[in-house]
Amino acid sequence: MLLSCKEVTHLVSEGHDRRLGVWQRVRVRLHLAICNGCTNFTRQLAFLRKAVAQLGQRTDR
Amino acid sequence: MSDFQSRVESERAYLLRYARLQLRDSHAAEDAVQETLLAALAGEAGFGGRSNLRTWLTGILKHKIIDAIRRSSREATAGSAEEFDALFDEKGHWLEMPSAWKDPDASLEQSQFFKTLEDCLARLPAKTAQAFMMREHLGLETDEICKELAVTSTHCWVLLYRARMALRLCLETNWFGK
Repeated sequence: MLLSCKEVTHLVSEGHDRRLGVWQRVRVRLHLAICNGCTNFTRQLAFLRKAVAQLGQRTDR
Repeated sequence: MSDFQSRVESERAYLLRYARLQLRDSHAAEDAVQETLLAALAGEAGFGGRSNLRTWLTGILKHKIIDAIRRSSREATAGSAEEFDALFDEKGHWLEMPSAWKDPDASLEQSQFFKTLEDCLARLPAKTAQAFMMREHLGLETDEICKELAVTSTHCWVLLYRARMALRLCLETNWFGK
C-alpha cells in the first residue's frame, strides 16, 4: 500500500510522460506529504523540465 | 609461472592502456584484458612464436573489446533502470535524501548554468539523451518518441527516468554544489 521512495521516483518521472492512474496519483501524494526527500526530488524534476525547455534560448546570450 | 605465462603477464599494462582508450569504462577494460590473458594462456599453442607476442595479444584483445562494446550497447538498449538502484537501500528508501536546491530559478538567469546543463546532457548515453531531448526540449509525446527510437513505451519511460536521474545527480554535483 505504501510506496517506497524508489517507486515514487519512478512514478514521478512517468508522471511527466503519461497520465498516471488516479490511485497512483493518490499514493504518490500521500507519500510526498510525509517525505521531504521525495518532495525535493519532485521539485528538482520539475525544475529540470523548465530548464531544458529554455536551453538554446539562453546559451547564445 | 612458466616463461610464457610471465611474458604474457608482462604485457598486461600495455593491453590495459590499449583497452581503456577504446572502452571508456575502466572496469570493462580490465575485464577485456583479463579475458584476453586467459584466452592467451589457454591458446599458447596457437601463438607458437610465429609473431610478436604483443601483436598476437592485441589481436585477441580487439575481439574482446568488440564483444564488450556489443554487450554494453545491448545493455543500454535493454534499458535497465538498475544503475540508479544504488541510491536506495533494499527497502527502497533513499540512502541520501535529496535536499532542496538553493533558489534554482536564479540559475535560469545565468548562461554558465546552461553550459553546465549541456555538459551534463553530453554525458548521457546517446539514446537516453535523444529520448530526453525529444520529450523535454522538443515536447514530443512519448508514443512519438518510442516510434522514432523504435522502442516499447515501457522502455521509453525507463530511458526518460534514467536521463532525469543522471541529470539531477549531475546538476547537484556540478552546479548546486554538494
